Amino acid sequence: MTDLALTKKDFTSDQEVRWCPGCGDYSVLSTMQSFLPELGIPREDIVFISGIGCSSRFPYYLNTFGMHSIHGRAPAIASGLAISRPDLTVFVITGDGDALSIGGNHLIHALRRNVELKILLFNNRIYGLTKGQYSPASEQGKITKSTPYGSLDTPFNPVSLAIGAEATFVARTIDSDRKHLTEVLRQAAAHKGSALIEIYQNCPIFNDGAFDQVKDNETKEGSLLQMVHGQPIKSSTYGVIRDGGSLKLVELSTIDESQLVIHDAHDLDPSYAFALSRLSGSDLEHTPIGIFRDVQRPGYSAMVNDQLTSIIQSQGAGDLEKLLNSGDTWVVD
Amino acid sequence: MTSEPGSGKMSFMSKPTIAVKSVIIRFAGDSGDGMQLTGDRFTMDTASLGNDISTLPNFPAEIRAPQGTLPGVSSFQLHFADHHVRTAGDAPDVLVAMNPAALKANIKDIPRGATIIVDKDEFTTRNLTKVGYEANPLEDGSLSSYKIHPVALTSMTVAALAELPLSRKEAERAKNMFALGLLSWMYHRPTEATEAFLKAKFAKKPDILEANLIAYRTGWNYGETSEDFATSYEVAPAHMSPGVYRNIGGNIALAYGLIAAAQQSGLKLFLGSYPITPASDILHELSKHKKFGVVTFQAEDEIAAVGSALGASYGGALGITTTSGPGIALKSEMIGLGVMLELPLIIIDVQRGGPSTGLPTKTEQADLLQVMFGRNGESPAAVIAASTPSDCFTMAMEAVRIATTYRVPVFLLSDGYIANGSEPWKIPDVATLPDLSVEFAKSQEDFLPYLRNPETLARPWAIPGTKGIEHRIGGIEKQDKTGEINYEPANHDFMVRTRQAKVDGIEVPDLDVDDPTGDATTLFLGWGSTYGPISSAVEVLRGNGEKIAQAHLKYINPFPKNLGAVLEKYQNVITPEMNLGQLAMLLRSKYLKDIVGYNMVRGLPFTTAELVEAAMGVLHND
Repeated sequence: MTDLALTKKDFTSDQEVRWCPGCGDYSVLSTMQSFLPELGIPREDIVFISGIGCSSRFPYYLNTFGMHSIHGRAPAIASGLAISRPDLTVFVITGDGDALSIGGNHLIHALRRNVELKILLFNNRIYGLTKGQYSPASEQGKITKSTPYGSLDTPFNPVSLAIGAEATFVARTIDSDRKHLTEVLRQAAAHKGSALIEIYQNCPIFNDGAFDQVKDNETKEGSLLQMVHGQPIKSSTYGVIRDGGSLKLVELSTIDESQLVIHDAHDLDPSYAFALSRLSGSDLEHTPIGIFRDVQRPGYSAMVNDQLTSIIQSQGAGDLEKLLNSGDTWVVD
Repeated sequence: MTSEPGSGKMSFMSKPTIAVKSVIIRFAGDSGDGMQLTGDRFTMDTASLGNDISTLPNFPAEIRAPQGTLPGVSSFQLHFADHHVRTAGDAPDVLVAMNPAALKANIKDIPRGATIIVDKDEFTTRNLTKVGYEANPLEDGSLSSYKIHPVALTSMTVAALAELPLSRKEAERAKNMFALGLLSWMYHRPTEATEAFLKAKFAKKPDILEANLIAYRTGWNYGETSEDFATSYEVAPAHMSPGVYRNIGGNIALAYGLIAAAQQSGLKLFLGSYPITPASDILHELSKHKKFGVVTFQAEDEIAAVGSALGASYGGALGITTTSGPGIALKSEMIGLGVMLELPLIIIDVQRGGPSTGLPTKTEQADLLQVMFGRNGESPAAVIAASTPSDCFTMAMEAVRIATTYRVPVFLLSDGYIANGSEPWKIPDVATLPDLSVEFAKSQEDFLPYLRNPETLARPWAIPGTKGIEHRIGGIEKQDKTGEINYEPANHDFMVRTRQAKVDGIEVPDLDVDDPTGDATTLFLGWGSTYGPISSAVEVLRGNGEKIAQAHLKYINPFPKNLGAVLEKYQNVITPEMNLGQLAMLLRSKYLKDIVGYNMVRGLPFTTAELVEAAMGVLHND
């Protein structure tokens, strides 16, 4: 795997990074640059495709192939690329506005098809590049430039949305937790189909501190419900137990820990992962973190190419002359 | 005898035969009556006799409008002759009307003296009332100036199938085959191909197959034995250059052209498409041909359709999207990205009536300015147009040539008329198809993704997987040569002009002008599917001793280099368009030449007669 002996430097492009000082995107970029050599994939076989938004500048800073496309459409472009080039490793870089608002349709369809894309959704719960309007992930009541009296919209939970679309790999992580982010990237890369990774990302300019609840040392241990496959799901103070067909939170002090749900990321039934995703509210006081779901289903481009291969095997390769001469023909002498 | 059961051979005995030069037949019925299939089969059988043909299907947007109503009428017109035909014809010689609605909806197009065959069983009080006939037109004398044949189509079909284990409804459904059989007898069409077609279509439904075969033969025998039909007609084969022919519709020809282009270029064909009338048949056709390595991706929407095609193109495939006008509107931003990324992209617009949902099943040419200019910024793309159904094959290959040579989005315009219409096509020899091979950028040091070919101004097609040329591109303005983000004023101005110069410099063939006497002062200049009606009008005009030149634009952006000189040569230029003057606007603005427009947007192709009249007005200053 490490034959190529690539390093972080090999994946760093010569472009000056132009995010605001303190932006969470820096740490995600740095983590990605450090992680990529581990894949053992040559740089030329890796493609990053992004939409529009602050995070969508990401591809410029990686010395791989990259495309900074248009707003919301990266999953569509990446799908065409992945289907026609199954030899490539394709990442999609998107944000909460890009993926959940203007590009919502492409996101859910890429996920339900299980196209082999690794989708990194930078969620800062705000529109940064357009300077501070509320996003579809902003909490209800949010005061922003476009909602001076508070937003009325019920936000999307990106993880619930992805699981609703029957995504085969869904995870949540945090920009500043390099170790956790790296581990999630590792698992996503090993996954055969679509992977959706929600990354809580701080926007220091327009939504600073949005994720302090799960980042500050004082509150994070009590707020983050750690999901590790085969381990009980809990934070330092709360745990998750079964409640009929669903799940609920309980204070650890009130139960025997043997009652805790042992996390099964491979559970084929999406309602389990969905129930996990519903444990968190906008206040982030109880936030499941880690891999919600990691199940196997044939990847889309693999199926497309298998179908082509089997048709060519059974019918033989197409013969243009025969095709043009098919149907009722007649000869004029 | 008239038929040998099971042999599929039918022969004539007793009735006189009259030779005619050309015939126009319109089959009309309820949209559930199978008129398109009936028309298709008659066309195939006619083509195999060597007549030249042109067809025009006309159907409602509703899949099954309420039975027996005017909005539910579907028709199929074909024109066949012993000489070259250009259009499906202005005025039918024969109308087959399967019910009162079909009669009422079509009678205005039928010239006096024409033959009308109706299914008299359908002329019930209830059906007549439904379409507003106060009296039965078969009885009230209103059709006395036509040769009217009331035939008990339904009841004879049902009676012929009495032995089969079918419900009455199932038996009635075969009546279109009765009609086809009758018309096949009237015009001496061979029956083997249709019988073979039915056998293949209903191979798994032996009762239905038997019903259709019996109905078909019964219709034929009825013509031969009924006293109502005294004569049959013969149309001699047309003179055509030697070769193997088939009948082909525009959408199929387009699909074949794309497959051929993929083969000739060595590229994998990737179609990203979202179903839309009247373009969906291209998606259907291509999806059948996976053994050619064709990938068809039915995307979630029009934007994803073109986006996936652009993504595939970025990866080195032949990225194609097919749609109609409303789809182009949705795809515009992505096409702009294609302009900026300078990647090959083929966008096929099978135009229909607009604006908005408009007339989905009808034809129009009103997307020209949309494809020329319907994007933000200075966003030039190539625009070419097919002129006939079979020309779609050639122009599909041209679209690929231009897109891959110049790394640019190319619009190929077709429309509902040529997409659904058909004509005989001399099948090309595969060995003579153009070489469309492409070159990708090779591994190299200090790669510059926007370093241009000095002749074509194309940038390298630099696909992922090629070591050493990793680079980033995007929709933000780029620096010349490096492709890096650049906001400098002079660079933007340079890049805008360079993208325009690239499109302006696309090599396209000169415009051919047909001016047999060489001294005409009036030119008929069209584009797209008006080719048939204009050519037909030109023939009539010349037959009447008029001097008129004809030229047809297949390349619209850029225009052929000689177009300015051609326009200058003629005092009058008449441009018929199924829009309010879109090509005329382009010509006037570029060449400062006045253009006489002839513009109608009825959802139907022009008639020969109206174009003759329009030209006469110009020729004689009326």
